[in-house]
Amino acid sequence: MKLHIDTTLNQEPAEFLCAPDETLLSALRNELGLTGTKEGCGTGDCGACSVLLDGRVVASCLVLAAEVQGRSVTTIEGIASGTTLHPLQTAFLKEAALQCGVCTPGFIVAAKALLDVNPDPTEEQVRYWLAGNLCRCTGYDKIVRAVLDAAADMRSTRA
Amino acid sequence: MLHGMTTTRYEAPGTVADALSVMAAHPGAMILAGGTDLLVQYQAGLRTPSAFVDVKRIPELMAIEADASGVTIGAAVAAADICAHPVIRAWWPGLVDGVQLIGSTQIQGRGSLGGNLCNGSPAADATGALIASGAVAHIAAPSGVRTVPVEQFVLAPGKTALAPGELLVSVRLPKPAAHTADAYQRLIPRTEMDIAVASVAVSITLDPSGLCTAARVVIGAVAPTLLLVPEAGAALAGTTLDAAALERAALAASAAARPIDDKRGTAAYRTTVVGVLTKRVAAIALSRAKER
Repeated sequence: MKLHIDTTLNQEPAEFLCAPDETLLSALRNELGLTGTKEGCGTGDCGACSVLLDGRVVASCLVLAAEVQGRSVTTIEGIASGTTLHPLQTAFLKEAALQCGVCTPGFIVAAKALLDVNPDPTEEQVRYWLAGNLCRCTGYDKIVRAVLDAAADMRSTRA
Repeated sequence: MLHGMTTTRYEAPGTVADALSVMAAHPGAMILAGGTDLLVQYQAGLRTPSAFVDVKRIPELMAIEADASGVTIGAAVAAADICAHPVIRAWWPGLVDGVQLIGSTQIQGRGSLGGNLCNGSPAADATGALIASGAVAHIAAPSGVRTVPVEQFVLAPGKTALAPGELLVSVRLPKPAAHTADAYQRLIPRTEMDIAVASVAVSITLDPSGLCTAARVVIGAVAPTLLLVPEAGAALAGTTLDAAALERAALAASAAARPIDDKRGTAAYRTTVVGVLTKRVAAIALSRAKER
């Protein structure tokens, strides 16, 4: 039996069908065709599947798709404004803050959640906030630098 | 989906009464709060609920209510909301010490006090400070509501005082007395996202002269459940938490520990460390209590 779910997805009304025990990650990728959100560990340890649920960053592998009825979900596909990249995306490109790229959507979504609540984080705050996002390529340094650059860029644009 | 021919249902009741009805109608149903333990266990095939009962649409389970005599924390409130709450931060910094250690930012956005309790781990980071501060659990049953001190809630690893069909609704913390403060620390071999090798929570109350009039010491990850150690509290009461008193409390905590050897540490190491932590955590609670 499939459940019919109405939700808000990347600021637009959306509906989909899911099994009662299907994860949000599976529904995004397999029912809605949004494959930007990646599956890493499937147990909430790696952060590759990070999405925003009502504005808060969560691991979509540990959310049932049925839970998002009437709620708001933002995925990596909803971070840019049309064809204009988000400052975080621009900074990741500029700093070359990725290699294989599988962790990148999760890092960008999680970093956006940080900058939404703290526009001027310290390096330590960035590292702790992103401790649940694992990257096996970069060694993290360029990622942290990109997040700090994006934060500075966003503050100067706002000022 | 995950198990192929699943018949697992998803239910999202809006009231405690409806949740109890759903649980009565579906024996084997399991409560879904943050899902950070249950969905991992489900996907590993360790749990096979007949239904997921998502309790996050029930107002009592999602509310933090502060009043003159204490605070009631809904069982499904996310860790991030607990750590951000100004009254909780002011009255129980030791509870915040523990809750903020649970998992990553992503886990903090979902994991709950109720889940941490109901999972029944002897290493639960949120539970020690609840016991130290004299918290009680409010449980809804078909026959009515009952109240259980948190130290009596977990009976054995993974086993709680909840009878089938009962629901943990909230945890109630009484407002701390004057000059009372708590603290919590755990030992892990890294800085983030691990499970305690040993942990200690302490709440102490001072009189206006700085003499300790009451103390509760709780040790974690060194026995099948978290343990309230009255002998350690008694070693602190009536003292200024001088070095000799701290040493006696540490010896009492180590003596109460009944740890196992496992990949996180040997029984001997845990027994020693829980004493060291008792001294450190009591000293933190003391410095906080002096500021009140």
